[in-house]
Amino acid sequence: MTVRVQTAPFDAGAELTRFSAGAAAGGAGAVVSFTGIVRDLTPAPLLRLEIEHYPGMTERALGDIRDRACARWSLSGALIIHRHGTLMPQDPIMMVATAAPHRAAAFAAADFLMDYLKSRAPFWKKEVTATGTAWVSGKPEDEAALGRWD
Amino acid sequence: MTLEVLYFAWIRERIGLPRETVDTQAATVADLIAELSAREPRYAAAFSDPSAVRVAVDQTLSDIESPLEGAREVAFFPPMTGG
Repeated sequence: MTVRVQTAPFDAGAELTRFSAGAAAGGAGAVVSFTGIVRDLTPAPLLRLEIEHYPGMTERALGDIRDRACARWSLSGALIIHRHGTLMPQDPIMMVATAAPHRAAAFAAADFLMDYLKSRAPFWKKEVTATGTAWVSGKPEDEAALGRWD
Repeated sequence: MTLEVLYFAWIRERIGLPRETVDTQAATVADLIAELSAREPRYAAAFSDPSAVRVAVDQTLSDIESPLEGAREVAFFPPMTGG
């Protein structure tokens, strides 16, 4: 049940291999993972992404989100990694992985973790392009997505 | 009461500092926003659209009506954009 907040890049493949090995040893029948990648969707070419966070609250919020997922789906394992600082296009931003006895729970829990990470974890993205900088605004549909889990 | 007040993202940029210690009698988050907004135009600018501002009291997501009694840390920030 790991939560990591870091500036350093991570190797999503290596993380998944390690997580899956632990999950298998623990008797899990299903592992689901999601990796978010910095993509270039800005009108001008994206030079970099700067992610600010709230040290202290970030760890609490991620731990709380993880605990809720673990309790709701009886997960045997959960992993959340989220980066902050300066990221370049094509860098991995974050990943989640879930382990459960069956796939339905692993998929649902990963989906839940992503929905909550989007709008309940204190991170803010700023896009730096050749023509200027802009804070990414929260999307109403991301907020609305949380309603699926009430 | 003495509060540590933190600002993030464009709210931090608009106010021009990441955190400050504030001596206040504000009973609620709304009172604190009104008090800060009355200080200087840069605060008023940061809080001009309350619907764009989120707040955490002692690192727990709260709302504008939340009481501040016993609080130590209040943070203001725009909607979160993680993931």
